[in-house]
Amino acid sequence: MRIYAIAVFLFLYVPIGIIVLFSFNAGRHASELRGLSIQWYGKALSNPFVGDAFTTSLIVALSVAVLSSLMGTAAALALQRLKGSLRVLFDGLIYISVMIPGIVIGIATLVALVTVFDFLNPILASLWPEGVKPPKLHMGYASVIAAHTLFTMSLVIILVRARIAGMDRALIEASMDLYATPWRTFYQVTLPQIYPAILAGFLLSFTFSFDDFIISFFVAGANTTLPIYIFSSIRRGITPEVNAIGTMVLAVSLILLMTAQFLLRSRVNR
Amino acid sequence: MPDHSSNSNEVDIEFRNATKRFENVVAVDDVSLSVERGAFFSFLGPSGCGKTTSLRLIAGFDQPSEGDVFISGASVVGIPPHKRPVNMVFQQYALFPHMDVAENIGYGLRQRSPKPDRQDITRRVDETLEMVRLSGYGKRRVWELSGGQQQRVALARALINHPTCLLLDEPLAALDRKLRREMQIELQTLQRDVGITFILVTHDQEEALSMSDRICIMREGRIVQSGSPRELYDEPLNRYVADFVGKTNFFDGEIIEARDSAITLKSESGQVLVGVQPKKAAPLVNGSRACVAVRPEMISINAADKNVGDDSIALHGEVMNRIFLGEHSEYLVATVEYGEVMVLSPKSVENSNRSFAPGDRVSLSWRPESVLVLGDT
Repeated sequence: MRIYAIAVFLFLYVPIGIIVLFSFNAGRHASELRGLSIQWYGKALSNPFVGDAFTTSLIVALSVAVLSSLMGTAAALALQRLKGSLRVLFDGLIYISVMIPGIVIGIATLVALVTVFDFLNPILASLWPEGVKPPKLHMGYASVIAAHTLFTMSLVIILVRARIAGMDRALIEASMDLYATPWRTFYQVTLPQIYPAILAGFLLSFTFSFDDFIISFFVAGANTTLPIYIFSSIRRGITPEVNAIGTMVLAVSLILLMTAQFLLRSRVNR
Repeated sequence: MPDHSSNSNEVDIEFRNATKRFENVVAVDDVSLSVERGAFFSFLGPSGCGKTTSLRLIAGFDQPSEGDVFISGASVVGIPPHKRPVNMVFQQYALFPHMDVAENIGYGLRQRSPKPDRQDITRRVDETLEMVRLSGYGKRRVWELSGGQQQRVALARALINHPTCLLLDEPLAALDRKLRREMQIELQTLQRDVGITFILVTHDQEEALSMSDRICIMREGRIVQSGSPRELYDEPLNRYVADFVGKTNFFDGEIIEARDSAITLKSESGQVLVGVQPKKAAPLVNGSRACVAVRPEMISINAADKNVGDDSIALHGEVMNRIFLGEHSEYLVATVEYGEVMVLSPKSVENSNRSFAPGDRVSLSWRPESVLVLGDT
C-alpha cells in the first residue's frame, strides 16, 4: 500500500520536478542536462512573444479575478437571503458549473457567442450611420474574460457562502441595533468578516484564469495567452525556454494557491 | 446620565395585542403589556415560549404580524432596528471580533450623525469602561477577555448610547454559576444607577426572581401571569406558574366542595385535601380537576408517632434522602399517599427537634389555610 502511494506521488511530481530541473539546463536541448544556468529564464523574459502572451494573460486573469470576486460576493450575499426551493436550485446550479469540464464550457461559450455575434452584428451595422464603420463584435478579451468569470464566479460564491455560514448572525443584528444603516453594517461588519474568503476567491480565480488553456483556446480569438503560447511553441519542439516559462507559471500559481489556502484557514472569529 | 426619575409612571414599552407568526408557528400570540419607565422587567419562560421573539419585536429584528408595539408612546411598527432608541445585550454578546474593546464600545456613537468628534468618543468610552469596571482594557482584543469581561463590554457597548430601554437576551446564560451570581448583583446595581428601563429574557426563574421588579411568565406565546416576584411566588394563578417559580409539591384531586373560604379536594387514594384559591384566579367548580400546591418550606416534618393536631393535613412516609444546604435541610420523603414529597426544614427547627436520616418513618403536615388550590390553566 505504501509502495503504491509512493508510486502515485512519484508519477505525479517527478515530471514536474524534471521540468523545473531542466529549466536550469545550461545546454541547448531539453532532453540532456549539461550543467546549470539561468540563461533560459533570461531568454524567456526577453522574448517579445512571451512578453505579449504574459501581458495578455495578466490582463485577462486580473479582470477575471476582479469581476468574479465582485459578482461572486454579491451573489453569495443575495443567495444567503434566499429561502426554500429557489435556494436549493441555485446551489445546485453553482456546484454543477464548477463540475462542468472546461472543454464543455469552452465549446458552449464559443457556439453561444458566435451565434449571438452573427445575430447582433447585422443589426449593429444597420443602426450605424452611412459612411461610419460600424463596430463588429468578435472573439477577444471580452469573450475570454466572460467565459473564465462564468466558471470562477462559482468558486467565489462557494467560498464566500461558507464564510458567511460560519459567521455569527448576531454580529449583523448587533450592528443594526447600534444604529448602523444596512450599508454601514455591510462595510463595517460583514465585509471585515468575509474578506479573507473574497481575497482567497480572488487569488483562486486569478490562478485559474492565468493557467487555463482549454477555455481560452476556444474563445480567446486572436489573443494569445501564456498557456496558448506554450502549447503552440511545444509543437515546434520542447526547449528549455518552455520549461523556464512553465516553471515561472508554476511558481506564481503555487504562491497564490498557498496564500488562498492560508486565508481560508484563518478563523472566522479572528 | 439623563434623568428618568422625574416621571416614574410613564410607560416606556407597550405591546397592544401583538402577534408574531412565523410561517405556521405563532411565536407571540395576542400579547398586551406595558413596562414602566425605569423598571427592571423580565420575560420568563421555557425555550420556545415567545420571550425572545417579544424582545426582538422591541429591538425591531422582527415586526409584529398583527397588533402594535410602542416605545415611549410612539408606535415603532415598520421602523428598522437602527432607528430605534433601544439597545440589546446579546446572548453570546456578539462583540465585533475585528475590533478592540474601545472600538466595540464606541461603535454606536460612531454611527450617529452628526458623528461626535474623536475626543468626545474617547472620553465617553473611557467613562463607560470605568462604569463596568474595565478601565485600561480599551486596547484589548475582545477574544482575549474572560466570559464575565466580555459580558461587561457588551453591557458597556449598549449603555454608552443612553438607550430608552436596554434589552438583555439571556445575558448570563454563558457564565458559570458563581460569576452569574455576581453579574446579577452588578446588573441590578447598574440598573439602579443609570435609571434606564431593563428588559430581561431568561429561562432561569432564580435569575428573574432575584433581579426583576416585574416578571411576565409566558407559555406558548401567551402571557400566563405577570406581577412582582413576590406575587408570582405567593399567589400563582395556576399550576404552570407555581411549577415555574420556585419548587412546589403538587397533590392532584377532584374538587368536592368549592366555597370562597376554602376548597376541598379528594385525591384518587381517597385523601381529603383543603386549601384556598388565589384571589385573582378564575373560580373553580365542583367536580373539576385541580391540585393543591404546597411549597416545601410550608411542610413540617415530624417523627411518625408524634401528634400533629386535628386542623392539619398529614401524610406519612419514609425519608429517602436528606441534603444539607446550610440554612436548610432538604428532605425527599416517599409518602404512602402521594409518592415523593419535597420538604425544606429550616436550621432552627433542625436544632430544636431532631433531624431525620434516610429510612426514618416520618409524618408530614401543613396548615390548610397556607396552601393554594390551583387549576391547570
